[in-house]
Amino acid sequence: MGAQPKPLPFSFEVLLDGETDFAGWRDAARRLALNEVPSDRVTWSTGSNGDLFGSREPLPDVPEGATMNVPRAFVDLAELVICHSDPQRFALLYRILFRLRSDHDLMKIASDRDIIRLSEMGKSVRRDIHKMRAFVRFRQIVEGEVERYVAWFEPQHHIVERNAPFFQRRFTGMNWTILTPELSADWDGETLRFGPGAEKRDAPSDDDLEALWKTYYANIFNPARLKVKAMQAEMPKKYWRNLPEATLIPDLIAGAEKSAQEMIARMPTIPAPHHETVRAKHWSKAEPQIGDGADASTIDELRDAAKGCRRCPLWSNATQTVFGEGPDDARIVFVGEQPGDQEDIAGRPFVGPAGKVFDGVLEEVGVDRSITYVTNGVKHFKFEPRGKRRIHAKPNAGEVSACRWWIDYELKLIKPDLAVALGATAALSLLGKAIAVTKMRGQVVTRDDGLRVFLTIHPSFILRIPDPRDKEAEHARFVADMRAVKELMAE
Amino acid sequence: MAVLSTREKLAILSDAAKYDASCASSGAAKRNSLKSGGIGSTEGSGICHAYAPDGRCISLLKILLTNFCIYDCSYCINRSSSNVKRARFTVDEVVQLTLNFYKRNYIEGLFLSSGVIRSPDETMGEMVEIARQLREMHKFGGYIHLKTIPECAPELLDAAGKYADRLSINVELPTDEGVKRLAPEKKPETIRLSMANLRSRIEEKSEPTMKTKRRERFAPGGQSTQMIVGADQTTDATILKTSARLYGSYHLRRIYFSAFSPIPDSSAALPSMKPPLMREHRLYQADWLMRFYGFSEQEIVADQADGMLDLQVDPKLAWALANRGQFPLDVNRASREMLLRVPGLGTKAVTKILEVRRYRRLRLEDVGKLCASVAKVRPFLVAEGWSPGGLTDTQHLRQKLVPKPQQLSLF
Repeated sequence: MGAQPKPLPFSFEVLLDGETDFAGWRDAARRLALNEVPSDRVTWSTGSNGDLFGSREPLPDVPEGATMNVPRAFVDLAELVICHSDPQRFALLYRILFRLRSDHDLMKIASDRDIIRLSEMGKSVRRDIHKMRAFVRFRQIVEGEVERYVAWFEPQHHIVERNAPFFQRRFTGMNWTILTPELSADWDGETLRFGPGAEKRDAPSDDDLEALWKTYYANIFNPARLKVKAMQAEMPKKYWRNLPEATLIPDLIAGAEKSAQEMIARMPTIPAPHHETVRAKHWSKAEPQIGDGADASTIDELRDAAKGCRRCPLWSNATQTVFGEGPDDARIVFVGEQPGDQEDIAGRPFVGPAGKVFDGVLEEVGVDRSITYVTNGVKHFKFEPRGKRRIHAKPNAGEVSACRWWIDYELKLIKPDLAVALGATAALSLLGKAIAVTKMRGQVVTRDDGLRVFLTIHPSFILRIPDPRDKEAEHARFVADMRAVKELMAE
Repeated sequence: MAVLSTREKLAILSDAAKYDASCASSGAAKRNSLKSGGIGSTEGSGICHAYAPDGRCISLLKILLTNFCIYDCSYCINRSSSNVKRARFTVDEVVQLTLNFYKRNYIEGLFLSSGVIRSPDETMGEMVEIARQLREMHKFGGYIHLKTIPECAPELLDAAGKYADRLSINVELPTDEGVKRLAPEKKPETIRLSMANLRSRIEEKSEPTMKTKRRERFAPGGQSTQMIVGADQTTDATILKTSARLYGSYHLRRIYFSAFSPIPDSSAALPSMKPPLMREHRLYQADWLMRFYGFSEQEIVADQADGMLDLQVDPKLAWALANRGQFPLDVNRASREMLLRVPGLGTKAVTKILEVRRYRRLRLEDVGKLCASVAKVRPFLVAEGWSPGGLTDTQHLRQKLVPKPQQLSLF
């Protein structure tokens, strides 16, 4: 142990090496905070010639072994806020840093006065960065073979260094220079360099292409929707002097009301001369009329007719009719409830999760797919939208009944030996009455027309069981049902 | 016909494109030109490079390839019976305009749409060729949005998805009946099938392929659509119901509402009036409530007369005024879901409230610092040291909260 440490001076003046000297600020702030120097005893200033040790009192060393942890959120925001034009920013950052030592959660107190100021400053810098990305306007200069693009911009904060890499990433294949009063940034295709500030007259005063840009600006504007304040909220007047298109704004506003009124007042005119030619060429052929299906003699004809089905209102929310699939001479017809989300999009039955379970079981059991036809009791998807998903809704008796016209016709054309009702809706559709399928599963009911109907559950029932063991058991029961179906076919 | 200059064509074909409300350049995959040495980048959020006096942002070069069109949709300036001046860009003209505008930092990219000439495939083929040249010949990394023609061939759709960030198909009008009446040659069934087809391609290609384990690029910015509001008698309730169906069915990123605007040389079939801008604004607010605030479309319109949204107050305030029994909520205890239903609290304010209240009990003045207007939230919240008492149920609450008429005229 050596001599007693010298007492610290009462106050400190820190001179930073430039407006965005974050490293210098951090070094000074660490030394001061770790020596418990309160924020009201530190003053901060910047100067191009000064350095850290140019302050009147040398900054104290970090006490041996002392460390300091601050939340990442503070460091990120501090690096941003250092670019703010307010000379008080260094002091604010130090005050928050000092408070963070005893109040670790301070950054999360969005209602704290210092934190509000800090986030406002961060927001302002971010906005300035964003507006620079939006409102820089390059003008082209051609020097021999080389094209150069030069812009003049006046940022509100000290953001050029922080923002230049964005322009480098975006305009990598161009030679460009952005001139600002404080600093200039230059990219030659290989290196990003910063140089001294410039004046507006150092940038080119025109670019032939601006005439096209102004043409676009004037014509994309809709005079019937004039909202000047909304424009100025996002494109404040302070930016206008460096935006070539802004010179058009006063005239566009002045003429807007008149051109909108003219559009409203103008009487509809007679159709353009070419209109009749277009109609004759493209729209003269009558649309082929799709019948109601009553005279269909094949499944394909029936499927075509079902595309325009309006027998119940379910078509209005669905994408398309999902008709049955399989050969006209199938021996066995599987009937499900209704298409689901995937089926509605694909236009084919049994392609969703339940269809995959169904396919897997038929394969496991070895049912010959070339003699099976799959269809649904109801042919449009009924659902309730929930955000980006659609929740399956059970079709009601009226919808099932309306759709029975199709299933009866499918059965009439196919004349299968057996129909399998997958679930209660299918049973209702095939037998015309409500059946408790869980009780009657595995049984065969013979219809008045002689068609045998095998009753079982819908494969989606298996998917809805949460407990894995119960699920497994239910899956096994369904496999057993399909074995029974296979045996019935062998009889 | 006289040969038009590029500038004349630009005037005609940007005028023809302005009724499409979409301008977003967000949602694309992040990319830049550091490796390719070309130009162009997309970094998540879009950039609006200018604003027109209609308050709309100009982010993309939004033009039509041509405004010749064989369709005769009565609301459209480009319908075949319209006497509007016609023009057609060449592929090269669009490519050069896009590059030249981009290099001067006027735009984020291209939004290309077109009238349908001769056949959907021919038109779509040229649009895809423009996107291909930009990407492959010019190493263009900016944003590309292509309006898809519903009837085009599947190979063209694949190619479009490969080069574009976003694809869209317009449903045009909120109801099938509306489409049949005002756009008689368009088929609502075909439009739905095309949107379904886009959804399945986007989903299919977002899975890594078996062979390369890499994802194929297909419209990383998803699909969007637009419907025109006010060209027929459809109510807001029906419009929101259609929106909910479209979001759920086709996984759209956005639905744009476009207030029907008078056009030069309008059809006799349509209202001749100023566009219903406030109605459009309320529909967007309702759309936001459905997407980010957990409201269902039924809740939003349940208490609104004739199925129309209240034009005087925003839909969340309208809902709260009709459901005062659910208020006041304790700002220090209520769930995120319920706080999102407080008029005047946005998603950001709610997130901040939840964070702060882990460490401090919030007073009304603290809430005031976290949201835009303490007057608006005050009747609906209990805070440390604050209870609204009878204010929540006072008869005059609505009058107190209705924005002043002179503020209304801003819109």
